[in-house]
Amino acid sequence: MTTVHNVEALFPKEGNVITDNCNEKSAIPLARKNYLDISYVSIEFPTSLGPFKALDRVNLKIAKGEFISLIGHSGCGKSTVLNIIAGLLQATEGGVVLEGKEVNDPGPDRAVVFQNHSLLPWLTVYQNVELAVKQVFRNKKSKSEMDEWIRHNLELVHMSHALHKRPSEISGGMKQRVGIARALAMQPKVLLMDEPFGALDALTRAHLQDSLMEIQRDLNNTVVMITHDVDEAVLLSDRIAMMTNGPEATVGEVLEIELERPRHRVALSDNSEYNHYRREVLAFLYERQRKPAEKTA
Amino acid sequence: MKNKIINIFETMGLSWAVPMVKLATGENPKEQGNALFQLLGLPLIAIMLFLGLWSAMAAQVNTSLGTLPGPSQVWAQTVNLYAEHKEERAKEVAFHERQEVRNAKKLEKNPDATIKVRPYTGKPTFFDQILTSLFTVFTGFLLASVIAIPLGIACGLSDNLYTAVSPLIQIFKPISPLAWLPIVTMVVSAVYVTNDPMFEKAFVTSALTVTLCSLWPTLINTAMGVASIDKDLLNVGRVICLNWSAQVFKIALPASLPMIFTGLRISLGIGWMVLIAAEMLAQNPGLGKFVWDEFQNGSSNSLGRIMVAVLTIGLIGFVLDWLMLTLQKFVSHEKSAAR
Ligand SMILES: Nc1ncnc2c1ncn2[C@@H]1O[C@H](COP(=O)(O)OP(=O)(O)OP(=O)(O)O)[C@@H](O)[C@H]1O
Ligand SMILES: [Mg+2]
Repeated sequence: MTTVHNVEALFPKEGNVITDNCNEKSAIPLARKNYLDISYVSIEFPTSLGPFKALDRVNLKIAKGEFISLIGHSGCGKSTVLNIIAGLLQATEGGVVLEGKEVNDPGPDRAVVFQNHSLLPWLTVYQNVELAVKQVFRNKKSKSEMDEWIRHNLELVHMSHALHKRPSEISGGMKQRVGIARALAMQPKVLLMDEPFGALDALTRAHLQDSLMEIQRDLNNTVVMITHDVDEAVLLSDRIAMMTNGPEATVGEVLEIELERPRHRVALSDNSEYNHYRREVLAFLYERQRKPAEKTA
Repeated sequence: MKNKIINIFETMGLSWAVPMVKLATGENPKEQGNALFQLLGLPLIAIMLFLGLWSAMAAQVNTSLGTLPGPSQVWAQTVNLYAEHKEERAKEVAFHERQEVRNAKKLEKNPDATIKVRPYTGKPTFFDQILTSLFTVFTGFLLASVIAIPLGIACGLSDNLYTAVSPLIQIFKPISPLAWLPIVTMVVSAVYVTNDPMFEKAFVTSALTVTLCSLWPTLINTAMGVASIDKDLLNVGRVICLNWSAQVFKIALPASLPMIFTGLRISLGIGWMVLIAAEMLAQNPGLGKFVWDEFQNGSSNSLGRIMVAVLTIGLIGFVLDWLMLTLQKFVSHEKSAAR
């Protein structure tokens, strides 16, 4: 047992430190900074070759309304971190605290946008969002309110024209938009995105990034996004968490991106500050965390 | 409109009808003619060749019941069987009419008289046997599906359950229907004892044998289908906190429907084959019994009538398979784009 593994010791479940109804003046800055707190998260997977320690003491504190990217080489454990936040995987040590409550199970307050959209292929665009809305706002919204809310969220991602199409009838980019709409429609505290644009071509990806920035400007969600794309990370994020190579991966460095918003990709392309951030990330990935050649293949 | 029709034909596996539609709407006649020849002409030629070969070879084979019947004799027997069926039906109608008249007279004399309505007990015709067989196979198949689909879903969702029952499935799956039959017959006679049976014992025996043999493909395919559902789809359900039954009915079941239907299709095919064997061996009513009776009967027409039955069995098997295939295509997600 190492020093601080017990999260509940740090943040008791009925804690008085960062719950909303405590002393506002002193609590708010801390609560805001520690809105989502990932502390000392380690995970071991049982494999046929014995336990495989994928993550080792991952620490990350995320503020409310912050957009944070996780970047790292393939297989380092980014999805694992995200799944632990989502509650889909259980950390072996350490834990995740959201708004003062420890995360143990999946829930709609941490909506996930999956890499390959994961829309149910037998449901239409509208029905896919409806499934989530009906479940999350059961007894909270009336039928017409739900309908309005579903349409509103699909409008946000510019998908109103295809409400009654099935996933197989729309393009990859559109599917991803619907996936985002479904997640947004849950009104989550944290939006978790696992390489949301990874499977798309460069042009579509740029469109979706712009859409996402637009939405983010209006809604100011707390977002954790995994990406492989350095430009995407710099363009979208407030901070970039760079992960070391696995096994026993952890957050190596965190880079604060202080570019003004709104950001425009064309204007930024010859912005020296932007390029400086890019270089920083590239240096981390390809100099300090170079992957052995045979693994990157 | 035209594309919709073409789409429906293709989903139904009637691709040869497509060039016809295209021809009718005046698309490039030469191209469509070629397509029609490929899709419809070639199989027809093959059938013609087969009939010719059959006709020539059959004449060479002398059995104790005369020469093996060729296509024309078999056709004659088909007509014959149909005529017998008509005759039997006419007799039945006549019987009921006579009975009604008799009862009416009785009531006229004495309004309190108890009248008897007897069912007609004629010999089942070839077409009656077909209906019996179809009814039996669907009963057995339905029973198998009702057991196999829920069990398969449970196995697919729980690795432990699957590991537990997997050896049993592996052992029971390859058992021949003929091996089950004596056991099923004995068990049915021992257990199914009522004074007023809703179904005949023979029917229950045949249906249960079909169930036992057609259970496995559906079970295995359902389990595989559920187990291979994209993890992310199930995770979607977990994130929005679907309860257990919603997770099954809203995600697991629809996601594995195509695989389930593949299993059902194989099951129905096996069930049909098993049924004929069971009917022959156990003398249970149906097409199998018809074949067996004709074989025992040994008249000069018997071989021809057996061949009619054999071809009918094949044809029905083909139609059942085609039905399931069409259903399967309608539930598969890829094809749903066409709707
Ligand atoms: N259920 C599991 N059992 C065993 N090992 C696992 C399991 N899930 C993940 N791993 C291992 O943990 C490591 C991290 O996996 P993870 O999927 O989080 O990587 P990633 O950074 O998301 O990769 P990519 O960028 O390719 O998506 C990998 O080495 C992987 O093999
Ligand atoms: Mg990943």
